[in-house]
Amino acid sequence: MATAARTATRLDTAEHELRRAFLAEVEGIPGGRRISRCLQCGTCTGSCPVSYAMDLSPRELIARFRAGDVRSILASRTIWLCASCYACTVRCPAGIKVTDIVYALKRMALARGVRPARYPTFAVAESFVHQVETHGRNNEPRFMLGFFRRAGFRRALGVAPMALRLLLKGRIGLKASRIRAVADLRKIMRRAARMEVRVEHDLAGGTAPVGYGVVGARPPRPMPAAAARVPR
Amino acid sequence: MRYTYFPGCSLESTSRGYDRSLRAVFRLLGHELEELEDWNCCGSTAYMSVAETMALAVCARNLALAERQGEGRPLIAPCSACYSVLSKTDRFLREQPELKARVDEALAEARLAYHGTVTIRHPLDVLVNDVGLEAIAARATRSLAGLKVAPYYGCQIVRPERGFDDREAPVALDRLLGRLGATVVDYPMKVRCCGGMLMTTADAVGLELCYELLRCAAAAGAEVVATTCPLCHINLEAYQGAINRRFGAKLRLPVAFFTQLVGLALGAGEEELGLDRLLVPFAPALAEAAHV
Repeated sequence: MATAARTATRLDTAEHELRRAFLAEVEGIPGGRRISRCLQCGTCTGSCPVSYAMDLSPRELIARFRAGDVRSILASRTIWLCASCYACTVRCPAGIKVTDIVYALKRMALARGVRPARYPTFAVAESFVHQVETHGRNNEPRFMLGFFRRAGFRRALGVAPMALRLLLKGRIGLKASRIRAVADLRKIMRRAARMEVRVEHDLAGGTAPVGYGVVGARPPRPMPAAAARVPR
Repeated sequence: MRYTYFPGCSLESTSRGYDRSLRAVFRLLGHELEELEDWNCCGSTAYMSVAETMALAVCARNLALAERQGEGRPLIAPCSACYSVLSKTDRFLREQPELKARVDEALAEARLAYHGTVTIRHPLDVLVNDVGLEAIAARATRSLAGLKVAPYYGCQIVRPERGFDDREAPVALDRLLGRLGATVVDYPMKVRCCGGMLMTTADAVGLELCYELLRCAAAAGAEVVATTCPLCHINLEAYQGAINRRFGAKLRLPVAFFTQLVGLALGAGEEELGLDRLLVPFAPALAEAAHV
């Protein structure tokens, strides 16, 4: 599957960029570097309540990264099926923060415009962010409306009877509760958004295009031009 | 004792019964909940999928406000997502100085600062470990005897960090309900995920997870499932019709917030606890608690 993404020694440009971005994300997670200790035991997959529905298992997801194929991870349904239950993270014998790594992959995919119609996590995220930016809180019925607007109102059909029953029981708050300091919250968000840029590893020089080795390692020193020209 | 209280968005809407019963329970036990002023949404799991620094900064505003308002008091977060996200933010900021610096800069835009002094607590933890089972039992006026309860912890109050209970086999809720007289049924799925937001984005998967959970609890003889989280509650309760249609099942299992059960034992009324708002009715006949 990954043949287009890499040759024996080199990653293509797109895959190279994805790998850099992924490693930068991993650096931002406390204990993120432990991904290099993965022993491919499959405890994550065995612990995951939704791995049965995934195309790439959580174990395979880490194998794909190691093999230099982040592209296929971002195209998988796996990252959208993670419900963030942390069963894998708790049981991983190598202490890998699997759930946080999947969050990082979701961020990478959303930032690159991956919006699968069948798994509209993007619609959840966008609607949610809109609610918080507007009111400072998440008004559930408005959030759901925003979700359906982005993911398709066909999805609303299945939940309409249930929503009606909740409404009759007084469990749907139609009035959006709004915080006083919405302007302050927006300032915080704008400033934080400007600081999302990460310190990225320099993987230049074609060193270690695959494998775990580069995680947490110092960037390779550029080879002196003279030495590079010495034969052998 | 006085606690700062972070209700979270669901408790203003679909999970009003959780808010009402929690307030009633603390009042009846002689403890005070002081709502965090002008709290904002914790960001839930959605924000972390969008932008890390922003997710942490949005959440850190609440921690900064709690630090200023609470003066060392613990912050109580009843929703598992809020509890987990607030705890995670606090931990990330302590462990990653680089992230902390960025979040500080963002908070400074609103003349706020967070110094890492807030302890985030789940009400289950507070009731069992601060108030104590004996003190709660001493105030009980009714017994839950005869009621078969399946305690359901869900994911995020016991994972990922080792918090107030075991991550694989927690017992806090078992002990609390058992002490109030309930028969706690043993079933193997008490920390299994309900699917969370998958019910919205991938309903085939969400419905199956909840079906397995409810079926397992019902097979163990449960008459009611006790939950600790608004999202678990709505997934397990409100989708039972959809589950029955999809799997040809006949489930009709009441799902209550654990605080509603504790409230009943403490003598609070059904309306006061929001039990009248459940979709699957739950009105157990309870005896006076001379023997609790």
